[in-house]
Amino acid sequence: MAKYIGKRLLYMLISLWLIITATFFFMRIAPGNPFTSEKQLPPEIEANLNAHYGLDKPWYAQYGDYLLKVVKWDFGPSFKYKSQTVNDLISEGFPVSFILGMEAILLAVAFGLILGIIAALKHNKWQDYTAMIIAVAGISVPSFIMATFLQYFLAIKMGIFPVARFETFMHTILPALALASTPMAFIARLTRSSMLEVMSNDYIKTAKAKGLSQGVITVKHAIRNALLPVVTYMGPLTAGILTGSFVIERIFGIPGLGAHFVTSITNRDYTVIMGVTVFYSIILLASILLVDIAYGIIDPRIKLAGGKKGE
Amino acid sequence: MQISKDKFQLVGTKISEAEKISKPSLSFWKDVFIRFRKNKLAMFGLVLLAILIFMAIFGPYMTEYDYATNDLTNKNQEPSSEHWFGTDDLGRDVFARTWEGARISIFIGVAAALIDLFIGVLWGGISGYKGGRTDEMMMRFADVLYGVPYLLLVILLMVVLGQGLGTMILAMTITGWINMARIVRGQVLSLKSQEYVLAAKTLGANTSRIMAKHLIPNSMAPILVTMTLTIPNAIFTEAFLSFIGLGLTPPLASWGTMANDGLPAIRYYPWRLFFPAIFISLTIFAFNVVGDGLRDALDPRLRK
Repeated sequence: MAKYIGKRLLYMLISLWLIITATFFFMRIAPGNPFTSEKQLPPEIEANLNAHYGLDKPWYAQYGDYLLKVVKWDFGPSFKYKSQTVNDLISEGFPVSFILGMEAILLAVAFGLILGIIAALKHNKWQDYTAMIIAVAGISVPSFIMATFLQYFLAIKMGIFPVARFETFMHTILPALALASTPMAFIARLTRSSMLEVMSNDYIKTAKAKGLSQGVITVKHAIRNALLPVVTYMGPLTAGILTGSFVIERIFGIPGLGAHFVTSITNRDYTVIMGVTVFYSIILLASILLVDIAYGIIDPRIKLAGGKKGE
Repeated sequence: MQISKDKFQLVGTKISEAEKISKPSLSFWKDVFIRFRKNKLAMFGLVLLAILIFMAIFGPYMTEYDYATNDLTNKNQEPSSEHWFGTDDLGRDVFARTWEGARISIFIGVAAALIDLFIGVLWGGISGYKGGRTDEMMMRFADVLYGVPYLLLVILLMVVLGQGLGTMILAMTITGWINMARIVRGQVLSLKSQEYVLAAKTLGANTSRIMAKHLIPNSMAPILVTMTLTIPNAIFTEAFLSFIGLGLTPPLASWGTMANDGLPAIRYYPWRLFFPAIFISLTIFAFNVVGDGLRDALDPRLRK
């Protein structure tokens, strides 16, 4: 186990290093320097600015500084908003995104499980077909389209929910629903197929034979084992919720990190783009690692052989 | 009741008749087709896809309006007999733009899938067939690249390389091929120890012949399914990128850019957003359903 975690950590660090290096060199080859958009600067001032941001050093020194700063959790200043650093943006926007994301994950897991379990218990009946059509639709409708539909029909036309902003609990419902729709559909499909597989196992037959009711069998024996593939999906789920938040926050005018990220893309605010990308990558890789470790703990049948699967 | 012996008659046996195959033999693909046809949802998806592709090819010619021509006297028109899907804020015909967008979306999806296929089959095939250290190194490289978050990398590349169709496809395929490579590698690993490969080797076939004639054709089923499911993914990514302002530049129309343009006006001119939105969803739906159907038809064991 320790060896496995060590190996995974190593891969994670290599991937992270790759991202940081890529972002650094991308930042250098990106067209224009951070001060081009301003009025023509006198050369002395530009030299001063370059010195202030460390841009006068050779590239390897800048690269070293950058790596060191990331290790110290400092993503540098924003070039567009002089008074703000990337760290400010993260500490300001991330809590909002985190609340929204958590709500979406809860929604996705709860409804996905319910749909999937109903579909499996009523296999090949209308409930099954309805649930699976909902699931295929959920996978096919991109989250940003779901968001605009929800916003238009439920908020603008019917006025049940507030249209935008992020103030009360009511404000969070529509964006969380939109974010949750695709992962919910994935979870429903996963749960259904793993439930069907589990239900055909011998120990379920034994449980039936000893006279347990359908409800007890489902809750006590089937669901617990059927949940395992859903746990593996939690890594990609985090990724989906994270990237989904870029557009959802923009549509609903939520001041989260995703919205800041999209704004920085429109503004070509390179340091913010790079900093937030690195920050997101760290969160993503860490959550995927956590999920994999949790999986090994939950299911003792899995031997964590350190990526030797399929050999 | 009495049954007399003369009610029975000796028929006799003919060895040749007993072994006769009365049903015409089915090839693998015929069998797949029969199974696929029974799947109503998948057939529906296939028909939908055919209609969408038909409209992508002929749709822009069905209206007299051009997708890129501005007409400022007729901006933000509601859908009518004149402009079937209405017009946008520059008076451009949304119907023409929608099908122009269909061309771009489907082109991006297919192009990305084909490039993934090419690199993935090559990489996975070599890695699986060579085995040993080569395999180890090639797969570790893929693992590290796979760890890089897909959409973040695509966004980063689009920011740096600039917007455009070519950059977008490049950005998508940089990590997109890994999935295909893994699947091909898995297939090749399990197939290369089969007797017929050994037989081909003894008969003097070289590596590329064994790959091209035996290993790849026998891996066709999972390759095909992966491809069909890559296309909707690429279409989604294009729409997503365009929606956050990293997509194609005007006057080119893609569904993502149209939705992006239509978003601020959703309260007053909702059709500008709804038409592209509906067609993005329908296309992704059709490809997903066909892909699922194909997977079930190709491997009945997976069917639940």
